[in-house]
Amino acid sequence: MTVNVKLFAALRDVVGQAALSLDVAEGRAAAQIAEQIAEKYPQVEKYLKRIAYAVNQEYVPGTTVLKDGDELALIPPVSGG
Amino acid sequence: MTQWIEILDQRLDASAAIAFVSAPEAGGIAVFLGTTRAEKNGASDLLALDYEAYQEMALKQLIELAQQARQKWPILKLTILHRIGRVNVGEPSVIIAVSTPHRAESFEACRWLIDGLKQQATIWKKEIWSDGTGRWVDPHA
Repeated sequence: MTVNVKLFAALRDVVGQAALSLDVAEGRAAAQIAEQIAEKYPQVEKYLKRIAYAVNQEYVPGTTVLKDGDELALIPPVSGG
Repeated sequence: MTQWIEILDQRLDASAAIAFVSAPEAGGIAVFLGTTRAEKNGASDLLALDYEAYQEMALKQLIELAQQARQKWPILKLTILHRIGRVNVGEPSVIIAVSTPHRAESFEACRWLIDGLKQQATIWKKEIWSDGTGRWVDPHA
């Protein structure tokens, strides 16, 4: 299935892209998909401990299982204001 | 219209925000501006902050925060404006204005809204320094 991944701030900088269309196995959770990205882009690894996840624009736990076509955002620590 | 929530890539206008929340029933209007603060790091000066947002999500979050604030305080009108893109030293990156019948409520609501925005909203800022370097801000680092 395909998951649309959005990357922001430092994560976007180290990957060099703001969005990835990713082929993932059924039943994968948000945190597992982030690990899959880190395998391809090792620079991502050091951010994994601190990121939050959003699926279809709602914060979710890393254990949340994705569905085909979902939008998964990897959210580094926010610093608005 | 009693609510104006927007993420925009142009200079923020505090007088427009105040005009928007003004209401005959209001006894108090609280306004908060968050501005880019000058800093020094050795010979390098902070020039600006570059803001980016996960806009669709951040807008939903700000609307949800506004709804929660309305349940806590008798808010007449409110506005939350956040700028993205480059915000030079001294310029505002965020404006929150709230009108309520009495002043205590407007202060409390305004404070609660900026705290909530900073904790949750999917917005990030990068420091731009005069030596050409940039650094994403990590508030908990």
